[in-house]
Amino acid sequence: MSATTDSGLVTTADTPGGPDESENGQSLSHSRLVLRRFLRRRTAVLGIAVILLLVFFAYIGPFFYPWSYDQLDFEAMQAPPSAEHWFGTYQIGGDVFAKTMRGLQKSLVIGLLGAFFATVLAAVAGAFAGYFGGRADLVARVATDLMLVLPGFLIIAILSPAFRGKTWLLFVVLLAAFQWMITSRVVRGMTQSLREREFVQAARFMGVPGWKIIFRHILPNMASFLIIDFTVGVSAIILAEVGLSFFGFGVQPPDVSLGTLIADGSGAALTNWWQFYFPSGVLVLLVLAVNLVGDGLRDALDPNADTGGDK
Amino acid sequence: MGKFLLRRVIYLVLLTIVASAVAYMLAATQLNPRSKYEGRNPPPAAEVVDRQLDSLNMNDKTPLLERFGTWASGVIRGDFGKTIDGGSVNDEMGRRMWVSLRLMLIGSILGTLLGVAAGAYGAIKQHRWSDRTLTVMAFVLLSVPTVVLAVLVKNAGIWFNQATGNAATPILFTTGEITPGLETWSGVGLKDRAAHLVLPTIVLAMNALAFYSRYQRNSMLDVLGSDYLRTAQAKGLRRWKALTRHGLRTALIPMATFFSYQFALIFVGATFTEKIFGWHGMGEYFVDSITKNDVNAVAGVTFFVAVLVLIAGLLSDIVYAALDPRVRV
Repeated sequence: MSATTDSGLVTTADTPGGPDESENGQSLSHSRLVLRRFLRRRTAVLGIAVILLLVFFAYIGPFFYPWSYDQLDFEAMQAPPSAEHWFGTYQIGGDVFAKTMRGLQKSLVIGLLGAFFATVLAAVAGAFAGYFGGRADLVARVATDLMLVLPGFLIIAILSPAFRGKTWLLFVVLLAAFQWMITSRVVRGMTQSLREREFVQAARFMGVPGWKIIFRHILPNMASFLIIDFTVGVSAIILAEVGLSFFGFGVQPPDVSLGTLIADGSGAALTNWWQFYFPSGVLVLLVLAVNLVGDGLRDALDPNADTGGDK
Repeated sequence: MGKFLLRRVIYLVLLTIVASAVAYMLAATQLNPRSKYEGRNPPPAAEVVDRQLDSLNMNDKTPLLERFGTWASGVIRGDFGKTIDGGSVNDEMGRRMWVSLRLMLIGSILGTLLGVAAGAYGAIKQHRWSDRTLTVMAFVLLSVPTVVLAVLVKNAGIWFNQATGNAATPILFTTGEITPGLETWSGVGLKDRAAHLVLPTIVLAMNALAFYSRYQRNSMLDVLGSDYLRTAQAKGLRRWKALTRHGLRTALIPMATFFSYQFALIFVGATFTEKIFGWHGMGEYFVDSITKNDVNAVAGVTFFVAVLVLIAGLLSDIVYAALDPRVRV
C-alpha cells in the first residue's frame, strides 16, 4: 500500500497546459493530457495490453478451448503440456489451462471488486471525517486505528470457517475491509485542505448540504488519487487472496481462484511442474501488469510526478 | 512531548485491549474445538467431552462472556490458557517466537540494507540502465507472491543439491531449522543451522529488498532535488560525501516507520516462509491453531501481534521524534 501523502495529487482544474501543452500552443483538456502522458509510457501501455489479453483469454478463451474446467480427460492423466492440453493435466485428468482460466476469472473479479469496495469505503469515510470533523472525525479515527491494530490476515483466517459454503463475495468484502484504512487517512487530510478552498466554501454558503458537497466537489477533486489507489488495491487484494487461499482460508471449493490453484500445485512443483508454474506464471503476469498500469497512471495523473520516465 | 506521548500510549493500549477482545470473541465463536472429539471412533460420551472442553475453557455451552472473562483474567495474570492438546500457550509461544526471530533476523537485516542501498543508488543513477534494471527487478519481485517465491527458491535449492551431486547429503537444507540430534552450539551444529538458514533467508531478503528499494528510491529522489543538498555541494563538499551525509541521512527518516514495524514484527514471523520451509515459528503456529480450532492459541497469537503492532507504533513515533527535529515541539 502506498503511503504517499502527497497533497499535490489534488488535481486542480485551473492549471491546464504547463509543460504538456500541444504544439499549436492550445492547452489540452485534462483527460486528453492524462491520456497522452499515459500512452507515452511504454511499460504502462504494455501493462494495459497484457491485462486486456488476460481478460480476453479468461472470458473468451474457454469458448474456443476444447476442454472445460470441470471436464476430465481419462486418456491423459497427469500429462505434460501438449497441443491437446496447453498447460498439461492434473492427476485425474483435469485440464490445467481450463482451470487456470477459470481461476483467473475469479482472481480478476476479486481484485477489481475488492479494490472498488476498499477505495469507495476509504473515500467516503475519509471525506466525511475530514469534512465534518468533530465527532465524525473521532469515530472514523478510532475505527481506522482499530482496524490497523487488528491483523487483517489473522482475522480473515479466523473468520474463514464462517464463509465456508457461502458466497465468495463475503470473502471479497472482508479483504476490502482490511484494505481501506491508510487511504482513508490520506483522503481525510486532502479533504481538510479542500474544505477551505473557495469553491467549496461558496457551495457551503449557498446552502448545499455537506454530503452533496462531498460527492459533487470534494471527491471528484481527488479522483486521480483514488484511481491510483484503486490500481494499487487491485494487485494488493489479488496477492492477499493468493496468500489466504494457500492455507485454505480463502476461496473455497468448488470455486477455484489462482490462489487455490497455486496452493494445489505447490506440492507438485518438482514432479508435475506444469501444475504449479502455469497458474503462478499467469498470476505474476497479471499482478505485474496491474502494477505497471498503476505506476503509469501515477505519473500521468500526478502533476508533480516526474514524467520523463521513458524518455 | 511527554504529555503527548503519554496520551498516545494510553490511546494505543486501549485500542490493543479492544482489538484483542474482538479477536478473542471472533475466535471463540467461529472456531469449533468440539469437532476434535466428534470424528473419533468410538465417539466419546458427551459429558466427557464437555468436561474436557470445560477444563480448557473452550466449551461452547458456557456463555461467551463467561469464557471471555476467564480468558481475560488469565491474560491479566500473564497466562494465555491451555492449547487444545492441554499444553500451555505461553510455553508454546515463548519457544516459537525465538524460532521466528532466528529465522528472520539475518534475512530482514540483509534485505533492508540491500534494499536501502539499491534504492539510494537507483535514485542517484536515475534513468540510467542500472536504475532501470533495479526498478524492473523490484517490480517483478513485488508481483511475485511470497508463496510462489518460497516454492521457487526451495526448488532451486533442491536442484542445486542434485546438480552438485549431493542429493543424499545436501549442502542446502530445505526443511527445518537444524538436523535433529545435532548439538546446537557445537561447530557442526552451527554449520548445520547456517545450511538450513540459507534458502529461507534468500526469500525474506528478496522480499525486503524489493519493498525497501522502491520506497528508498522515492524518498531519495525527493531529497536529491532539495536546495540544501545543492548548497552542501556548492560550499565545496564532495559529491559522494554530500550524498551520504546530507542526502541519504535525510532520506532515511521517512523509512523509520517501516523499520520499526518490521523489526517489532520479527517475532511474529513469516507465515509463508515458515510453513514452506518447515520452521516451527509463530506464523506457522497461528495457521495450525486455526486448522486445529485451538481458540486460546489463536487468541494468544492475535494478542501478541496486536501488542507488537502497538510497540512498533510507539517505536516509530519515538524514532521519528529523535530523527526529525521538526516533530519535537
